[in-house]
Parts: sequence; structure tokens; C-alpha cells
Amino acid sequence: MKIRLATVWLGGCAGCHMSFLDLDEFLIELAEAVDLVYSPVVDVKDYPENVDLCLIEGAVCNEDNLEILHKIRARTKTLVAFGDCAVTGNVPAMRNQFGIDNAENVLQRAYIESAQNHPAVPKGDGIVPPLLERVRPVHEMVYVEYFLPGCPPSASRIKSLVAQLLSGHAPKLEGEQLKFG
Amino acid sequence: MQLDDLIAIAEKHKGSRKKIIVRTCMSAGCMSSQADVIKKNLETEARLQGLEADVEVRRVGCMGFCGQGPLVGVDQNGEHNLWEFVKPEDAPSIISALKGGACRVQRGDPKHPFFAKQMHIVRANGGIVDPERIEDYIAIGGYLALHHALTELQPAQVVEEVTKSGLRGRGDAGFPTGLKWGTVAKSPGAKKYIVCNGDEGDPGAFMDRSVLESDPHIVLEGMAIAAYAVGADQGYLYVRAEYPLAISRLQIAIKQAKQLGLLGAGIFESPFSFNVDIRIGAGAFVCGEETALMASVEGKRGTPRPRPPFPAESGLWGCPTLINNVETFANISAIINRGGDWYAGIGTEKSKGTKVFALTGKIKNNGLIEVPMGIPLRQIVEEMGGGAPDGRSIKSVQTGGPSGGCIPANYLDTPVDYESLTKLGSIMGSGGMVVMDDSTNMVEIAKFYMEFCMEESCGKCIPCRAGTVQMFNLLEKITRRQATARDLAKLEELCDMVKNTSLCGLGQTAPNPVISTLKFFRKEYEELLQPDPFGPAAGGAPLAPERVTK
Amino acid sequence: MAAKTLTIDGKLISAEEGATVLQTATEAGIKIPTLCHLAGVYDVGACRLCIVEITGVAKLLPACTTKVAEGMEIQTNSERLRKYRRLILELLFAERNHVCAVCVSNGHCELQTLAYSQGMEHVRYDYTFPKWGVDTTHRLFGMDHNRCVLCTRCVRVCWHIEGAGTKNVAGRGGKSKIITDLNQAWGDSVSCTECGKCVMACPTGALFQKGSTVGEMEHDRDKLEFITTAREKKQWVAAD
Ligand SMILES: Cc1cc2nc3c(=O)[nH]c(=O)nc-3n(C[C@H](O)[C@H](O)[C@H](O)COP(=O)(O)O)c2cc1C
Ligand code: SF4
Ligand code: SF4
Ligand code: SF4
Ligand code: FES
Ligand code: FES
Repeated sequence: MKIRLATVWLGGCAGCHMSFLDLDEFLIELAEAVDLVYSPVVDVKDYPENVDLCLIEGAVCNEDNLEILHKIRARTKTLVAFGDCAVTGNVPAMRNQFGIDNAENVLQRAYIESAQNHPAVPKGDGIVPPLLERVRPVHEMVYVEYFLPGCPPSASRIKSLVAQLLSGHAPKLEGEQLKFG
Repeated sequence: MQLDDLIAIAEKHKGSRKKIIVRTCMSAGCMSSQADVIKKNLETEARLQGLEADVEVRRVGCMGFCGQGPLVGVDQNGEHNLWEFVKPEDAPSIISALKGGACRVQRGDPKHPFFAKQMHIVRANGGIVDPERIEDYIAIGGYLALHHALTELQPAQVVEEVTKSGLRGRGDAGFPTGLKWGTVAKSPGAKKYIVCNGDEGDPGAFMDRSVLESDPHIVLEGMAIAAYAVGADQGYLYVRAEYPLAISRLQIAIKQAKQLGLLGAGIFESPFSFNVDIRIGAGAFVCGEETALMASVEGKRGTPRPRPPFPAESGLWGCPTLINNVETFANISAIINRGGDWYAGIGTEKSKGTKVFALTGKIKNNGLIEVPMGIPLRQIVEEMGGGAPDGRSIKSVQTGGPSGGCIPANYLDTPVDYESLTKLGSIMGSGGMVVMDDSTNMVEIAKFYMEFCMEESCGKCIPCRAGTVQMFNLLEKITRRQATARDLAKLEELCDMVKNTSLCGLGQTAPNPVISTLKFFRKEYEELLQPDPFGPAAGGAPLAPERVTK
Repeated sequence: MAAKTLTIDGKLISAEEGATVLQTATEAGIKIPTLCHLAGVYDVGACRLCIVEITGVAKLLPACTTKVAEGMEIQTNSERLRKYRRLILELLFAERNHVCAVCVSNGHCELQTLAYSQGMEHVRYDYTFPKWGVDTTHRLFGMDHNRCVLCTRCVRVCWHIEGAGTKNVAGRGGKSKIITDLNQAWGDSVSCTECGKCVMACPTGALFQKGSTVGEMEHDRDKLEFITTAREKKQWVAAD
């Protein structure tokens, strides 16, 4: 049985996924060990059941993020917070300083105060997901098994973590393997 | 000033006393309800009713039963009356009652268990002497202990007497006072200092305040004896700025003692000199911690520093410094007068003498009490305190303030001494005693104390500065019913870490209220916890278990 | 000076009387994590990362302020100590706003290095996201309070090496803040001599040279050691 792998992209810049693609030939090795059942790079609409491993990029910023995260946690054995935004909140969480637990402040600042032509807060039910009051790292919302910090984590560090996991070991990040920023 | 002069002052003062003494409490508690107006009215009324020649209306310090105040005591023909909840307009009635006849004011019972079970050493003169007249203090034998020490004892003998008494520090930790004095006495150095710690920052505590306001000379005398014993010639009395009445009475007391040669150069015509200066603290709780207090006295930012070196070796400006609490010093003259053995006869094996407590909270009779060490907690809260009001029952008693713990009602038979309280995860502390009834939520109590520590952390060391914030946030999350079992585990882990790694006593004891309520009232925490649908086991067993073999 | 014999992590070591546990361990090649310690200025024992276990002593003591004594048995790296150290670091990261990805000190930061050394791959305590400002009023230097760990190294070098007394701590608890002069803009400071020692001393990206961008701010500790050795040993060489 191949391992059912998923990767998701929450509030982040996709840099972690870019780094994932930098795995180069390891991707081929990986393809032999896993089924990629859900990812921004494959065309699957719904997060499937019975996922073994999910790499989560990005912080939890809006209600869509939170909704899928809850689904992911319920359907996945092992979660990895993938990259600094998922692990610490990182740059997306800098908006919290405009008022912790106050998304309205942020919207005002971004779309009204800084607007040059048509100041208006974008709205659209079912299209524009409402912001959460506070941006949070993934583990503040659901339990997370493992962490891979880095902005983005380099391909070699991704490889090391995934390889350890596939060989049935709890990953340990030591020396060069552990890095923020 | 010599012994004869002292006795002469005492005799003259006693001789000038009038037949009837009307004692008006003018400590902070009663002052807040117009005790000053009451005293003025009593004086006017005595004059109007023609009793001026027989009646002395005396300003006195706290009588302890502050919850029933303002209090007025009357000594007449060897009998003592107590009037409670006195109002300024009651003066005519009180004065006319001196001539026989009824008084419209509520009569207090001086034989009430609240008084009867007390034993007064530290507060012996509270409610009796006028704190603003040194003659009053001298008339009841004040400064005789200092004279005795200076003229008949070697400094080492004074230390020995204090050691023999078994007195332990009343500031918080109960360190043996004689041992501390001996260490300072032996520390090399030409210049040494005495510091009296009157910072008293525990919420709800007013023991030291009351002693300073009611009987400032007992503290000054204790400090002077200590100075002689350890070889110091300068003392500092550190009092928080929130105690203006204590400060002004101390200023008066120091001035009067200097005028009579009981402070200053060549006391009792001996080579011994001792000066005391007041230092006013800006009301930071942490400035009660001895190293922070000394930094503050030196004019620096009041933050603690690691010990060792202890103040006894290196204190103020690097000199050996003896620092004791107000109440500790207030015990000294009695020990010198009556002997260490007498003192050691009071209390339990390891906790000697008496302790003053501020009895507050959900209790019928609140106020200041001084009780012998070892008295069962039940006697204090049920007999003296009269139990919880409004037909409720007592749930727990908090001792030791923000560093202490909550003792549940089924341990009320515990004797009040250092060891027994520590065994229950609380501490004697400086003497705060807050009674809680069955309507109290213990998690809220823990949160209250944690918030206090968080606000009062000096910010120097990380565990206390940032740890109290996180512990408070977790408690808040729990009380808002948003926390899970994982949050509670995090809280417990932090308690352990902050306790063991903080720099000073504030951080080291900040987790105590949480630890102790968790120990006895864990269910109250657990009832607030929420299910954890997105917790560890949510998606099934993880791919590589967390504790996989290395 | 009398020598003291003691063991550190089981290793028999002789140390000079008056030396600290930290000095002694360092000389013996045993590394104890430190943050508020800075060679050349007095120690304050504030960060608590250097705490060690001493047999027979109930309390954990900071290695930087504890003097060696005959027969001491010291443990510097027990599981308990490692756990406490990691917790202390987590508290620091949650206390202010550390966004390493956009920090001038990224890659040259003592706080990062400490986190790595203790295996801290995430912070379990909720981030507090406080609002702190950045002071860029000084001609040469900037101060970003978001990244300050309140180690007071800047304050100590400013007072005790430079002698300017510009930097200080105001406020208490979590609201403590490094200030210049009487809490005014650094650029308006009359006492600052612009020597830059505080910037050299800072372990994080809180104090920086203007113009440095992400990852560019390397704090030149050697210069400070150079001055201290010159003062203490009257030699114009950097300490080894
Ligand atoms: C946070 C903190 C606050 C303290 N506050 C007081 C205080 O208000 N009054 C006091 O006498 N001791 C206080 N102490 C205890 C003092 O550090 C010191 O132990 C005491 O004054 C010594 O006197 P003693 O031996 O007579 O008790 C405090 C300690 C800590 C850690
Ligand atoms: S100071 Fe250090 S830990 Fe903080 S953001 Fe900068 S690099 Fe990261
Ligand atoms: S640069 Fe200014 S603030 Fe910094 S150490 Fe020098 S004098 Fe002090
Ligand atoms: S500015 Fe830098 S050196 Fe100063 S206290 Fe903050 S972290 Fe320490
Ligand atoms: S203040 Fe008046 S009796 Fe205590
Ligand atoms: S380095 Fe010793 S306490 Fe900070």
C-alpha cells in the first residue's frame, strides 16, 4: 500500500510548494512510495478521506482556511506544519499587530485608509472568505504532529523530513535541518 | 538620657493621667470613617458636659476589630467598654454615658472570642498608646529593652537571646532571625546597615501598616537593638507611599526619639549611635523582595538580583546588611525584656511566638488578630472569625497572599505554623488570611492571584515576565470555557518551570495559587474544559508515532 | 589564588577561586547556553538559560553568577534543564514579534541559534502579537522593540563600557521597554555618543545599523571584547 500524501496551501505565498518542487529527482522516488491524493499541483476538488500524511503550508487566516483545516485534521493521520507561516504565523500574522482579534482594523487599513481610487472593503458571499479575527499558526487551531520551519524550508530539509517519515521514524530536525527564516 | 531620665518621663506621664480614658482608634481603617471628627467631637463634648478635668480623649492605634469600626474604647474605674460603628454624632451619648446611664451606640464585647483568643506581643500597645506621643510608649516601659541591651548585654548576648527565642522572620520565608543577626554580626566590614521592610505589598494585607501606624516606637526600638547586636549605625525604614499615615507617624516618632537621645549619637550615653531614615517606596510589590528593596534604597531601579551573595554578606552599597520585616522587629523588645526562653515557650516546636494575621474575605468578624503559633485554623475562622456570613459555609482559606495557597475546609484542624502550612502547599507568608465561602470559584481565585503577579513582575527574568503572561492567558482560556485538556497540561508544565527557574521569590512562588488549587480543587478546572475534536488522535494513529525508537 | 576542584557533567575540573561556573565550564570546553551574559560586562542572571543543577542545592542556579566552590557537582545538560531551556525560549518567541524571514539578523541571531540548540521547532504557547514600535530616529542606528528580548546587554555596555548612560529599562513585567535617555526618541538623545556599542552587544535584530536589510546585520562582538581586554588586561588584542 502506498502512502496517501496530501499537500495544502493555506495563507502563505506558495514558496514552500515551490521548494517542494525543487526536490527534483527525489520527486520520482517519492512518486513510487506515495499517492499524491490532494495538492495545489493536482486537480482534486475535495480533500479525500483516509490521508496518511499532509504537509500544510501557510497560516490560518480566513474561514476557508479554518474549514479545510478541520476537515484535514479529521481525515488525516499525520500533519506536518510546513514552513514558517504554518509554524509561527510568520508574515501573514504581522497583520495581528494592527489589532489583535480585530480583522476590521486590518481591512480598514488596507482597503480604506491606503486606497487611492475607490476605497471599499471587498465583499462577496461564497467568493471572498471572511478574515478570521486573528491569524494563527496551524497548531494553535488543530493538533499537529511534526514541524518543518523555514521560509521556505529548503528542498534538502523537506527531503530529510519526508524520508524519515516514510521510513517509519518520527522526524528529528538537528543541526542544519532546523532553521527559521 | 539615662535610665533615671527614662523612668522620670514615664512617672511624670503616668502622674498626669486623668481618671477616665476615652481611646479613639485613629488608624487608617477607622480614619476612613471620620475617626478624626469623632475624636474632636468627643473632646468638645467632654468640655461641654464639664468632664474636662476627668476625661482624656486619646488618639490610639488600631484595636484590631477593624470590621466593626470606628471603635472607641473607654477605661473607667478599672472597667473597659468598647463602642462599635461609632459616628461623629454619637459623641454626646458616649460622653454622657460616662456619668452612668445608657449609650445609644452598639456595645462591643471585649471578651468576644475575637479578642479572648488573641495573644498580644507585637500588638501589645495597639489601641492603648498614642502613636504620636513617645511619652505614652515610655510610660508602658518603652525603650527599657534598648537600655538593658546597651548597658548590660554584649552584642553577642543580644544575638544569643534572639536565637534562643526561636523567632523566625515574619516577612515571608520564616528564616531564623537569630541566625541572620549572627551572620551579619560576623560579616567583616566597618559599615553595616539595618533595613526594616515595610513594603507590605500582598493584596489584602495590612498587618505591618497597622503596627507602624499604631506603635511606631516598638519597631524603632527593635531596629536599634538589632543595630547594636550586629554593629550597624544606620538604618532605613522602607515604607510604601500608599501608607501616608504610617510615614507621618514614623517621622514624628523618629523626631521625638532623637530629641530624647533614644536615636542618634551616643544613645543612653554609650558609644553606640544609630540613625534611622525613612525611604518611601513607589508601591511595587517586588520592592518588598530584599534585593530589589535595597536597589530601591540605593536609588536604582527596584529589581531583584541573584543571591548569593545574601544581604547579610553584601547588601546596601556592598556592605553587610540586616533586613527584617516590621513584625519581626516588633517582637524584639519583648524578647529582650522577658528573655528568649519566655518567647520560646509560646507556640510550637519550630514556630515560636505569635503571628499577626489580617483576617478578611467571607467571614463575619474581620480585622487584625495576633494569635499564638500552632492555633488550629478552625479556631481562627470559626470561633474568632465567626464563620462565613449569610448562612454559607467555608470552602477554603487562602494564606500567604500571591505566593501562598488555598487550604480546603477539611483541613481546618491544621495548626497554623510554618511547617504545617508548607506541608499543605501553602505558606505562612506575611499574614494575609482570606476566607472563601462555598460560592467561590477556585479557578477564578487562582486567576486573580496570577493576574496580580503578572502585573507586578519586574520584568527582569524571562520565566516570570513571560511565564506569568502565558499562565494568565491559559487560566483565562479555561475560565472562558475555551480550553482543552492539552491547555491544562501546558499550564501545569509552565507552573513547574516558572517555579524552578525564576530569579526571585515573586516568580518562584507565582504558580503556587494555581498548584494548590489544582491539588485540592482539580475538578473545578476539569469541569471547565472542553472536548478536543481536533486533538492528537483526530485522524487516527499518526504515521510515525511521536515516541518512535531513536 | 586557591584552586577549587569540582565536577561538571562528571568531568573533574580545577578552577580558580572566585571564578563563575560559566567561566569554568567554558574553559573546560563545556558549553552552557547563555543569552544575557556578555563577556566584558557584569552579569545579571536574568535570562535563566544558563541554569545548572548542583548536587545538594535545591534551587537551580545560573552558571553566570554562581561562583565555584570546592567539591561542587554540577550538571549542565540534564533532561530537565533542557526542557526548561526550551520552554524559556518558547516564551521569548511568543512574547514579542519575531518574524525571522524579514529580520535584519536572520542567520546571525543568538536567539535563533539558541532555539536550534534546544531543538525548538515550534512554540507551543500562543503568540501574543503585542504592538511594539520601531525607533529609526537615530542618524546611524535603529531599534526594533518587536525583537528585543530585554537581556539588557545594550544597557550594560552603554553604562559600563561607553559610560554614556543613554540606554535604560522602563516599565515593568511584560511592558518593560528599553528606552533612550528619559524615554525619548533615540535621535533626540543628548547623551548618546554614537559609539555603536549597544548595537554590537545586541543578541538579536532589535538593534541594528541603518541600511542593513534582511539577514545583513552581523553584530561585531569582537570589537567589544577588544575594548574589554584592553581595559582589563591592558593588552590591545581581542580576548580568545
Ligand atoms: C516578591 C516578594 C515580596 C516580598 N514582600 C515583602 C514585604 O512586603 N515585606 C516583607 O517584610 N518581606 C517581603 N518579602 C520578603 C523579603 O525578601 C525578606 O525575606 C524579608 O523582608 C526578610 O525579613 P524577615 O526575615 O524578618 O522575614 C518579599 C519577598 C518577595 C520574594
Ligand atoms: S531577532 Fe532573531 S529570532 Fe527574532 S526575528 Fe530576528 S532572527 Fe528571528
Ligand atoms: S551608541 Fe549611544 S546608546 Fe549605544 S552604547 Fe553608545 S552611547 Fe550608549
Ligand atoms: S535591544 Fe538588544 S541588547 Fe538591548 S535588551 Fe533588547 S535584545 Fe538585549
Ligand atoms: S483601624 Fe481602627 S480598629 Fe483597626
Ligand atoms: S546567561 Fe546566565 S542568566 Fe542569562
